Amino acid sequence: MNKTFNNKAWWLVLPVFLMVAFNALVPLMTVVNYSIQETFGNNEFFWSGTTWFEQILHDEAFHDSLRRQLIFTGLILLIEIPLGLAIALCMPRNGPWVSVCLVLIALPLLVPWNVVGSMWNIMALPDIGLLGKGINALGIPFNYTRQPISAWFTVILMDVWHWTSLVVLLCYAGLVAIPDAYYQAAKVDGARPWAVFRYIQLPKLKHVLTIAVLLRFMDSFMIYTEVIVLTGGGPGSTTKFLSIDLVQKALGGFDLGPAAAFSIVYFLIILFLSWLFYTLMMREEAK
Amino acid sequence: MRKRYIVLTLYIIFLMLPIYWLLNMSFKTTNEILGGFSAFPRDFTLDSYRTIFTDPSWYNAYINSITYVVINTIISVVIALPAAYAFSRYRFLGDKHLFFWLLSNRMAPAAVFVLPFVNLYSAVGLFDTPWAVALAHTLFNVPLAVWILEGFMSGVPKELDETAYVDGYSFPAFFVRIFLPTISAGIGVAAFFCFMFSWVEMLLAKNLTSVAAKPIVAAMTKTASTSGYELGLLAAAGVLTLIPGAIVIYFVRNYIAKGFALGRV
Repeated sequence: MNKTFNNKAWWLVLPVFLMVAFNALVPLMTVVNYSIQETFGNNEFFWSGTTWFEQILHDEAFHDSLRRQLIFTGLILLIEIPLGLAIALCMPRNGPWVSVCLVLIALPLLVPWNVVGSMWNIMALPDIGLLGKGINALGIPFNYTRQPISAWFTVILMDVWHWTSLVVLLCYAGLVAIPDAYYQAAKVDGARPWAVFRYIQLPKLKHVLTIAVLLRFMDSFMIYTEVIVLTGGGPGSTTKFLSIDLVQKALGGFDLGPAAAFSIVYFLIILFLSWLFYTLMMREEAK
Repeated sequence: MRKRYIVLTLYIIFLMLPIYWLLNMSFKTTNEILGGFSAFPRDFTLDSYRTIFTDPSWYNAYINSITYVVINTIISVVIALPAAYAFSRYRFLGDKHLFFWLLSNRMAPAAVFVLPFVNLYSAVGLFDTPWAVALAHTLFNVPLAVWILEGFMSGVPKELDETAYVDGYSFPAFFVRIFLPTISAGIGVAAFFCFMFSWVEMLLAKNLTSVAAKPIVAAMTKTASTSGYELGLLAAAGVLTLIPGAIVIYFVRNYIAKGFALGRV
């Protein structure tokens, strides 16, 4: 759409600008402020330069949480994006079942995140939970409060349960938007289902898939509540992701300086990786 | 064809199993839960629900949560509407930068903002009110609403606006009487997403309140500490948090199907 240049449009954007500025700029200034100063209480602050940043960047614990976070997010994207796409392809296009399926599939998205954690906690209890009891009955020892592997399995399964639906809904919306004419043309050409998928559906889904990857990347990188309720970051610190580490530092230890430096590094990593994903996928699209 | 429906059915069963298990637990007595594994409640009881509906600290928590979610949804959608219109129809100084800056707030981890938010909202005297949580949640809901609505509005041809102006409509009259009804599906979808992300968020909601405005997500954490580990009560409280979500999905079910396709989202 060709848009006209009109600076009066700023008046329309002003409410959003003020609201978000109040919410984003003031706290961000606070964080930056803390990150370069040292405090001994009494609201007295001293300049400390880049000390906190150096401390965080050389901190083994930070490296470990970052590594865990990257592995977790990588696995989540590898599982949820193909699975979501596959499920969306299985959905009926029309008829009375569409609404039923959509409502059931969207349901996990509306469960409060701490309830998701509690739900899977109850589900995976080794002695009285359906999942825990079931796996143990198969002869595989399973205890998510003791074994790191069980804990990781449960956390990943929980996230797949919780968020694959978002990918399904986005892909389904993209699929429904493909005009019938494309399918008819494919039929005339005698295209096989795989060819229809590869040359019609997949290209048309690129836009929604980009959105799905970006949203899933950002949200899984920020995961906090579900994991803190399910495992509390344990056993040991094997499921301690970046947000959990940060909240422990900021609210638990009141180490304001290091926590603030951590926050800024964390935010910059998300911004950089989002930008990278976006650029790569858009370049792919431009081809 | 049949293989596709088997896959779909299996997936939906996978989605429903944890919800079933939660329901199952909520109808059991604490003794039965701790007594061992059972797939159905043997001593069917509504005690857990009775506790929640008679104890003010429980049911007030639900009311508090719904209050801030509704305030947040209304604020987010109302201020996002004109902004989305501006982004979809006009170019203006710094428009691209502004749009990206808005979206970048969607990428800000709540964990980063917890402490500064507590300071900020204490300073302006809103700490422990639903307004604090409602306003804090606009941080990620306003950018999302702008994004969704901009997608929907870009799908409406510009000729609609021009015809209306030729017919003598002023901008506000055109916006409210013609434009908003045209994109009602988009407003429904945007409101759905704002409701959803505000309803499910816990970290900010919990830390911006203490007693008076305590949300349900914070109230639920006490089942683990006060009187032992009350799984039945926890499950019942969890089941009740699913209800507002289920109702909202029911209302937008047709918008989800049509709506998603109309917007670029």
